[in-house]
Amino acid sequence: MSTVLQNLVNQPYKHGFVTDIESDVAPKGLSEDTIRLISAKKNEPEWLLEFRLKAYAQWLKMEEPQWANVKHPRIDFQSISYYSAPKARKKLASMDEVDPELLRTFEKLGVPMNERAKLAGVAVDVIFDSVSVATTYKAKLAEVGIIFCSISEAVHQCPDLIKQYLGTVVPIGDNYYAALNSAVFTDGSFCFIPKDVKCPMDLSTYFRINTESSGQFERTLIVAEEGASVSYLEGCTAPKFDTNQLHAAVVELVALDNADIKYSTVQNWYAGDENGVGGIYNFVTKRGLCKGVSSRISWTQVETGSAITWKYPSCVLRGDNSVGEFYSVALTNHHQQADTGTKMIHMGRNTRSTIVSKGISAGQSNNSYRGLVRIAPTAAGARNYSQCDSMLIGDRCSANTFPYIQVNNPSAKVEHEASTSKIGEDQLFYFAQRGIGAEEAVSMIINGFCKDVFQQLPMEFAVEATKLLGLKLEGSVG
Amino acid sequence: MIGADSKTLLEARGLHATVNGIEILKGMNLTVKTGEVHAIMGPNGSGKSTFAKVLAGHPAYEVTAGEVLLEGKDLFELKPEERARAGVFLGFQYPIEIPGVANSQFLRLAYNTVQAQRGKDELDPLEFDDFVRERMKLLEMNPDFLDRSVNEGFSGGEKKRNEILQMALLEPKLAILDETDSGLDIDALRVVAGGVNQLANENNAIVLVTHYQRLLNYIVPDYVHVMESGRIVKTGGKELAVELETRGYEWVAGATVAAGAAA
Repeated sequence: MSTVLQNLVNQPYKHGFVTDIESDVAPKGLSEDTIRLISAKKNEPEWLLEFRLKAYAQWLKMEEPQWANVKHPRIDFQSISYYSAPKARKKLASMDEVDPELLRTFEKLGVPMNERAKLAGVAVDVIFDSVSVATTYKAKLAEVGIIFCSISEAVHQCPDLIKQYLGTVVPIGDNYYAALNSAVFTDGSFCFIPKDVKCPMDLSTYFRINTESSGQFERTLIVAEEGASVSYLEGCTAPKFDTNQLHAAVVELVALDNADIKYSTVQNWYAGDENGVGGIYNFVTKRGLCKGVSSRISWTQVETGSAITWKYPSCVLRGDNSVGEFYSVALTNHHQQADTGTKMIHMGRNTRSTIVSKGISAGQSNNSYRGLVRIAPTAAGARNYSQCDSMLIGDRCSANTFPYIQVNNPSAKVEHEASTSKIGEDQLFYFAQRGIGAEEAVSMIINGFCKDVFQQLPMEFAVEATKLLGLKLEGSVG
Repeated sequence: MIGADSKTLLEARGLHATVNGIEILKGMNLTVKTGEVHAIMGPNGSGKSTFAKVLAGHPAYEVTAGEVLLEGKDLFELKPEERARAGVFLGFQYPIEIPGVANSQFLRLAYNTVQAQRGKDELDPLEFDDFVRERMKLLEMNPDFLDRSVNEGFSGGEKKRNEILQMALLEPKLAILDETDSGLDIDALRVVAGGVNQLANENNAIVLVTHYQRLLNYIVPDYVHVMESGRIVKTGGKELAVELETRGYEWVAGATVAAGAAA
């Protein structure tokens, strides 16, 4: 491991806890000047500015995608401020100033006291304890040569790695929102696991304090070298109150020979109120490249938030014998809309993929699974198994499944199973007749329904996800 | 098993109920005391199952007139789950399948909910496992049932055993068993009836809803009621069931019409 990397991972936490950047918000609107401003603010090297400008040029030529099964008013991209991230959060003097609703949620989720303060943005002493937690954590990773830092830091500290991998999985012109992200991304995470290193702990953005407020256009890059493995947890289950409307993140994963990346997400962005007012448009491009032979990339997501979710964590299975997995629970309530699923692109021989998608719709929400399984002519012996189950709660919601299957190699085996079920009056009555109230009954049915996905989550995430689903469905039955 | 200090458990008076706007119960009266076993018989569509579901609080049924008291208190004040916790148990004619939920988990939650209501200790999964296995012996059930999803893929007989197992766990004051005998072969019928008999005592009561006299050879009722057009038209002892079996329901229907004409 190079001394540059050593220094990078060993340096003390230098960004303080809450950065006051309120004065650092760029004027609204998007132009080449805005991009130059962002790049200059971040003191970026010339190649990155070029990357951004190229992406911007592409974006200008593109059209907003219309194929998703979601409805929203046209987004005015000139009314957004592109350098407002990391979001400025008002510093609160004590827990008394925190929104009681937020505290109630923390209480229900069982978030420890000191973390509640941290999450709510209260500047109290315990926060500094968590800073030291983060530092200790970094030192431990450094011992084995792992780099885990913000992508802005990485651009300066290990530019070669960034240059080598950034935009290689999600090209700058991949899609409308990915192009936009490539032009204006402000920050995100970078994670590098060197050859033959098994990351000794789950990496979580939870511990990277500045990530908690890293803005609308987040960029994440994870590289696992030959034989390396890592489990990465994104987000935490605390609700994020956010006035921004559009989140267009890009996540790229690269797995070399025999590498293994497991990426777990519990997403609970603000979903808007029960009348569908407000909430986040979560338009995210997540893709993993199984570049090396026998590599494996596994996505697990529990999507419960956002007014609109547009997200297809995908795997490009290029290496022979590589494995792609997608386990998803998407829950929509009230007026939420979700169009989510995955793409499994089989290119190498004997590549395998598994898709398990569980969609739950309640209220007047609309929940779609959209998935592509493509077997390239080169992918001899490829196998896919897909299972898409939908569950409806009440009679005003809808669930859709849009599977796309393209098989170009006759030796491939592709299986697709789908089911739709409804939590019916009779089921709830049966529970009630045994003394069990509707909310507990629904939570039990839902957990049974999602079992195959929850099993894939790291233990503590699984516990939180279970609680979160119960919380999200509160009041939707009975 | 009627004890000396038998108390009134259930009292239904002038009960009318509709489903989808159609009146099914038309002036149902029934009084059940502790220690008693009642059988409600009658032809298809006479309102037997509706009566059972109305008592349990099925949301599809609307009570339009009359009252039902459980231990002197208005039963309709209680939500379905509260009635269950208060000791009303319905053995379903068609037990509902709940995919993905393990039977053991479901049984434990139901048991603990009712225990909590009675101010008794809840059992953790290990303690409950011992307890439920003991109860399953009563019904000659294979412990494999615990790991399967609730009623999913169960045969008709297995579902009915699972119902009586729940009765054994919840120890209700009033157990209404809706056509528990349907779908059972003769061996299963003997086992299930044996289970019910062991659970009957002087502090609880059982209401059997059935078409056939067959079940009543195994669970001997103190009273047999015949329903017709939404109310009880004849009440007798266990011998009434035998008579019905030979003479058919038309005999009763004819008799009541004649009685009505005479009055």
